[in-house]
Amino acid sequence: MSFWTDYTLQIVALGAAALGLTSGALGSFAVLRKQSLLGDAISHAALPGIALAFLLTGSKAPLVLVLGAAVAGWIGTLVVMRIVNATRNKEDSALGIVLAVFFGFGLVLLTLIQKRPDASQAGLDRFLFGQAATLLQRDVILISVLGGIALLVSAVFWKEFKLLAFDPEFATSIGLPVRLLDVILTSVLVLSIVIGLQTVGVVLMSAMVVAPAAAARQWTDRLGRMVLLAGGFGALAGVSGAVISSAAQHVPTGPTIVLCLTALVVVSMAFAPTRGLVWEGVRQARNRRTLHMHSVLADLQALALQHPEQEHGHATAVLEIVHPGALHELKALEQRGWARRRGDDWAITPAGRAEAATHGRGPDYEEER
Amino acid sequence: MNDDTPAIEVNDLTVAYREKPVLWDVDLTVPRGVLMAIVGPNGAGKSTLIKAMLGLVRAAAGEVLVHGRPYAEQRRQVAYVPQRGSVDWDFPTSVLDVVMMGCYGQLGWLRRPGKRERESAMAALGQVAMQDFADRQISQLSGGQQQRVFLARALVQNAGLYLMDEPFQGVDAKTERAIVSVLQQLRADGKTVVVVHHDLETVPEYFDSVLLLNVRRIASGPVGEVFTEENLRLTYGGRAPLLQRSAVRGPRLLDDTDPVTHMAAD
Repeated sequence: MSFWTDYTLQIVALGAAALGLTSGALGSFAVLRKQSLLGDAISHAALPGIALAFLLTGSKAPLVLVLGAAVAGWIGTLVVMRIVNATRNKEDSALGIVLAVFFGFGLVLLTLIQKRPDASQAGLDRFLFGQAATLLQRDVILISVLGGIALLVSAVFWKEFKLLAFDPEFATSIGLPVRLLDVILTSVLVLSIVIGLQTVGVVLMSAMVVAPAAAARQWTDRLGRMVLLAGGFGALAGVSGAVISSAAQHVPTGPTIVLCLTALVVVSMAFAPTRGLVWEGVRQARNRRTLHMHSVLADLQALALQHPEQEHGHATAVLEIVHPGALHELKALEQRGWARRRGDDWAITPAGRAEAATHGRGPDYEEER
Repeated sequence: MNDDTPAIEVNDLTVAYREKPVLWDVDLTVPRGVLMAIVGPNGAGKSTLIKAMLGLVRAAAGEVLVHGRPYAEQRRQVAYVPQRGSVDWDFPTSVLDVVMMGCYGQLGWLRRPGKRERESAMAALGQVAMQDFADRQISQLSGGQQQRVFLARALVQNAGLYLMDEPFQGVDAKTERAIVSVLQQLRADGKTVVVVHHDLETVPEYFDSVLLLNVRRIASGPVGEVFTEENLRLTYGGRAPLLQRSAVRGPRLLDDTDPVTHMAAD
């Protein structure tokens, strides 16, 4: 296996793990604050920042480009807030406007840069869809340091960020500086996004913010575990996507990572215990069957009341008229001792009558009422 | 500090969302140790008044003094119970965790809630009969249970002044009893409690003071003095049908042609 010997591949995997961990963990807060789309706006808004940073400095040093991206991403966020506060536009429109305008401006700048005669401009377009194979050691160090800062900040302000996400009005009422905390949390979110742009690309970076958190939420009901799990999912998808795209030639990393994320999300949505759709479906089917069984029991009860001799049996065919497929339910009733079979005739038992009296709500029904 | 200073003093408070004033030139004095209901029709600015007192909405003019000093200096003295619909109850956290959030103000930066905070949160949950739900995920609670969790979170703050926004809104009988017993306990402890309330019928039973509000302050003071037919008419204006609907809850009032008279005499 070349992974253990291939230094380049190890660098790529390390970088992808660091950025996946960061964006997954910070993305949890964004998702819980219903700001999933803010990540999309920030990453798209970062593109003109990258282009301008290059135009102004002529440098493609990772720190310069990341700084440009962060400043532009922040300006984009401020414009969103300003539009929401100063006009009657709602947040979704504001996000849409900022995303489109900034991204469009970024594309124009990128085209201008590519028309320049010198060769120094080559490779800026990798920021569109991401190219993990271009990661160098210095990039990975930058990703790790900035990602580490973002994670450290969220650990320091853990309880404040939790309250900010759950109940910002209450946070204000107990005297927390909510606006400042909002600025700090948004800043580390911007940080966690811009460090991923070279690897994942501006177009799909928001998936690294939203998808790991959405998948993690399925598996746990505690914020701490959700953040850890989202970080783990982000790292897993980041590494898988980066390694796959680096191994194959000319496959952009962003889309590959998104495919890995999709697999994680689909599995989580379907199979996570309690919240998974599959278990939800199983629960509903079980409820339907119980309901159906009890309505057959109610029929037996009604038929029994019409006869002076209550042990009188009734043919399966009669019960099938009202409830197609009643035989199945009758067998289930027999198993529970609520119905008795004699040849092809069915009768309700005393235990069955007692059960029918509670309308299937169980022995606690009377007390609950 | 002089004990005679009122719990809350509101002077010339005006709040406007865009052009339309929601509160107009409200003056209010809430003496210490009272249990006060704020009543008024929909859109009267009841919740806005509480939020303006807390600095959650910006006032266009006026000031709010808590125990004689600006609210910003007195945050520790004030506990807020928001409407339970103001948060997402699918948030990944437990009942105990939410109640411990009431300690965050006292804890300060960097410190995590520990044993002491857990104990005081459990005690508060006991006061609202929710101690068995401490480890529950909050999405599994009924509306009434959510309301009691919010109440417990405020109790943990151990404040002198409690501001509650519609705590009785759509709750079950058990929760209503729990809230009433907490209100009485708070008054017995000498705390001041101000509650946005929508059920006129229970005002004389649950509260000793009342503020009648409809953008302006119509009247405020002891229930026996200001909760009169005349003041209710001034508050609810031409919207008598609305008043009747909210008042005919009890069977006693159903056969009464004028619920307002009946209630005022209650």
